[in-house]
Amino acid sequence: MPSSRSKRMFLALSCALIVAAPAHAGEEMRAGGKLLLTNGISTVDGAAGGGLASWALIAGNETVDGIGGSVHATYVPLSDYSLSSAGAAIGIRDRLELSYAHQRFDTQKTGVALGLGRGFIFSQDIIGAKLRIAGDAVTDQDSAMPQIAVGVQYHIAARDAVIHAIGGAHDTGTDFYVSATKVLLAQSLVLGATVRLTKANQFGLLGFGGDADDHYSPQFEGSAGLLVTRRLLLGGEYRSKPNNLTFAKEDDALDAFAAYALTPNLTATAAYVDLGDIATVRNQRGALLSIQASF
Amino acid sequence: MFPFLLAIAALAAPAPPGEQPVDPYTQSDANAGATPFEGQSMWRAFRRQPGVDRVIDGLVDRLIVDPRVADIFRGQDIVRLRRTLKEQFCYILGGGCRYTGRDMQEGHHNLGIQTKDFNVLVGDLQLAMNRERVSIFAQNRLLAKLAPMKRSVVER
Repeated sequence: MPSSRSKRMFLALSCALIVAAPAHAGEEMRAGGKLLLTNGISTVDGAAGGGLASWALIAGNETVDGIGGSVHATYVPLSDYSLSSAGAAIGIRDRLELSYAHQRFDTQKTGVALGLGRGFIFSQDIIGAKLRIAGDAVTDQDSAMPQIAVGVQYHIAARDAVIHAIGGAHDTGTDFYVSATKVLLAQSLVLGATVRLTKANQFGLLGFGGDADDHYSPQFEGSAGLLVTRRLLLGGEYRSKPNNLTFAKEDDALDAFAAYALTPNLTATAAYVDLGDIATVRNQRGALLSIQASF
Repeated sequence: MFPFLLAIAALAAPAPPGEQPVDPYTQSDANAGATPFEGQSMWRAFRRQPGVDRVIDGLVDRLIVDPRVADIFRGQDIVRLRRTLKEQFCYILGGGCRYTGRDMQEGHHNLGIQTKDFNVLVGDLQLAMNRERVSIFAQNRLLAKLAPMKRSVVER
């Protein structure tokens, strides 16, 4: 079983992360206090990021002196499908992030054409951990040093019978990533880059690895945004994806987003997304609408 | 030798009107904790001294009643705080002022300032700059100069 090794690695990393969270003995624990938008926008994977791409920022409104968290709901209506994601994350001392997300991919009418039946649903659960290992995206304005985080995500996909029928190798998979995020205040820019080692087919909804390729490949996630007001970030993201299945080629994902901090506890995001061809159905474009509550 | 003489000068100088006396320290523009912007564009973006005065007064007025941080300012010399902040902003924004306050570490010593307090100040400053209609891009350019001060201001 491929997943037992992954699970062990996940557990080992999780333990390391918890031990690594520094203890500030005798200091006052306080709720909230993060600058607006610097808790990021929950990705469909559940980690703090920009909606599609992961960032090195830690979820929740807490600072190094507290514990925070967030919940999100995201709906992505596409030309022939829809994707939705709901999840929660905990941020510990702006250092460690633990996240969970459930993704649901509705084939709608297209399920009939795919031979799966109308409204056939693919879904997956994603458990994630992210550790900030260096830098501070906002404080370090006098150097080029970004905030850097490493993360791991364990995916459990439903529909293993269909996944194997279309050539998928596994119904569980573990992603490993390193992420760098920099706020360039002098330019009002937010820049991010992530390298993810993954086998995921369509984020993992169609399983992991496949008849074309069953190896980890490095994939890239990039994002750039402009702070137009202190509450509003306009930006774009790109996320490359592997091509592991012979039955259908997989495209990279793109979006252009507007994220607005309605209050320190509520961020709304609207985006135009292009997920390309999905399971032989061409040009899946649409909207990404997300609401995130955080404390 | 030179800093020593300055320290004596600071000691000898009486506190400005309305301010309480402070322990002697060496005066230097370097105490402002950031280098000034080149040229006059930032100074103009903040509407020169009258604009900076309004921003600082707006900031301090918010801070002393902000329930998240008001305790830090209780018992502090608010008259001196307004004057030194106005000097510091004038100096950094290229207005040509001398900064006569203490450095960021000394000035915040033993106040127990946490990251949240620093960020609350940033938020209140943003509101004060919005009130003055300073453009977001000029605001963020200034914040880029102030952000690294967190390392000296936050003690724990």
